[in-house]
Amino acid sequence: MVKFLPLSEAVAWNLNDGDTVAFEGFTHLIPTAAAHEAIRQGFRELTLIRMTPDLIYDQMIGMGMARKIVFSYLGNPGVGLLRRARDAIENGFPRLIEVEEHSHAGMANAYEAGAAGLPCAVFRGYRGAGLAAVNPNIKTVSCPFTGEVLAAVPAIRPDVTFIHAQKADRKGNVLVEGIIGIQKEAVLAAKRAVVTVEEVVDNFDELHPNLTVLPSWTISAISVVPGGSHPSYTHGYYIRDNAAYLEWDEIAADREKFRAWMQKNVMERTADDFAARVEHLRIAA
Amino acid sequence: MSDSKLGFTPNEMMTIAASRALKNNDVCFVGIGAPSAACNVARLTHAPDITLIYESGTIGTAPNVLPLSIGDGELCDTAVTTVSVPEMFRYWLQGGRISIGFLGAAQLDKFGNINTTVIGDYLHPKTRLPGGGGAPEIATSSKEIYITMAQSKRGMVETIDFYTSFGHGEGGDHRKRLGIETAGPTLLITDLAIWKPDPVTKEFTVVSLHPGVSRAEVQATCGWTVKFTDALEETPAPTALELKTLRDLQARTKAAHAATGKEKAA
Repeated sequence: MVKFLPLSEAVAWNLNDGDTVAFEGFTHLIPTAAAHEAIRQGFRELTLIRMTPDLIYDQMIGMGMARKIVFSYLGNPGVGLLRRARDAIENGFPRLIEVEEHSHAGMANAYEAGAAGLPCAVFRGYRGAGLAAVNPNIKTVSCPFTGEVLAAVPAIRPDVTFIHAQKADRKGNVLVEGIIGIQKEAVLAAKRAVVTVEEVVDNFDELHPNLTVLPSWTISAISVVPGGSHPSYTHGYYIRDNAAYLEWDEIAADREKFRAWMQKNVMERTADDFAARVEHLRIAA
Repeated sequence: MSDSKLGFTPNEMMTIAASRALKNNDVCFVGIGAPSAACNVARLTHAPDITLIYESGTIGTAPNVLPLSIGDGELCDTAVTTVSVPEMFRYWLQGGRISIGFLGAAQLDKFGNINTTVIGDYLHPKTRLPGGGGAPEIATSSKEIYITMAQSKRGMVETIDFYTSFGHGEGGDHRKRLGIETAGPTLLITDLAIWKPDPVTKEFTVVSLHPGVSRAEVQATCGWTVKFTDALEETPAPTALELKTLRDLQARTKAAHAATGKEKAA
């Protein structure tokens, strides 16, 4: 059953060196606080899965935690490139990382297959695309009914998935709303799931019946971390800190500047520091 | 070409020319950057009912400011509905609901193939770019593809380093031979000209020069030998309404994106 835990304990109990882990969030609801906790605890040899790796995987790669990265868009959304990830891929700094690259359609289908308990996903994709030639995990199958040749990719089954969400009720059911991305599939595809939430409410009695609610028994641990997705945003709570994404481009451009920033803003901080970071971004009630 | 003399910049002309290509009944899958500006200018001028879709799952969105990312909250707040990412790619894109996929490009060749993955060798890249995101399937599942980018010799090249998304391949019927049934790139709008593929070879050919632009300028900023159609036209200059709409949108956007930083510093 789900446990409400301080984030440091939720991460320590669910993540291990060498794990295949997804910290998911499609621009919205990025689990930054959970990623920073994993960085502080110094996990190693991780296989990092994410459709849109953005800042937190740039940080984890820059800290030397990743053995391999599986992704479909390795950018700082709307800003440009991920400079720590580039340094690893282009120069092997701080270490070489293995790359498995897909398209969004490929990863979305692969997560869905993972949630559905299937070994692989089948879809109409990668036609004429160079990725099919460089990624051995992109194959084809023929439709047994029409003969159409379709793309196939293996299902994604993370050891653990981390997501951020709006709220949990006291029983540990979790509400995700707004741009819901791939979070439901990433949780249901994983062996374990850890959710950070903005707040805990008594119950979900007043919710619309079709909202995305993850039942408590699909989740391993919940941690209450207000502001836990900063500089991403939480729909209904605070807006995206676009300026922070622009600033990151400069911080990550330089190895020393990056290290200093990580020391000051991650290593010497705790999950409790996130609430203050979103104060000026909160949506007026 | 003097901007002050014309009263608009080449980039403004590009965005406005691109916006005019969109129709009121289009269902458009919007790439971030230049396509996003063009699509929203269309919505705010001649195509108020256009359906704009961003890959984050927002369908029928009408942002008041241009989003910095494809998943800004503004897109969800103003959308008709917001669906999950797998639903977006399976039902809406793969399902054949998209009339226009609107893409930008880091590197483009004359057949509309796009590279946003690597400069150099894939395994040992000189520059690791962000990659394809949704583009590989947008390029093959949308009924048509429009591309917009500013011209440069680095960007418009004879041979791209990686086929992130497939245009017309080596030209001719290459799409058909790969089992791709959609039309692929049918329009390229740059800061200097409007291009359309030759009906047979599928090579992009200049059909219209923007006001004040010469053939020599188009060639000087393009890495392949440019073909011009016999009946070359001049793109109509932006109207006062188009320019005002674009500039107001960009001013609102700039103010909104700067706001988070300013308050932080205060």
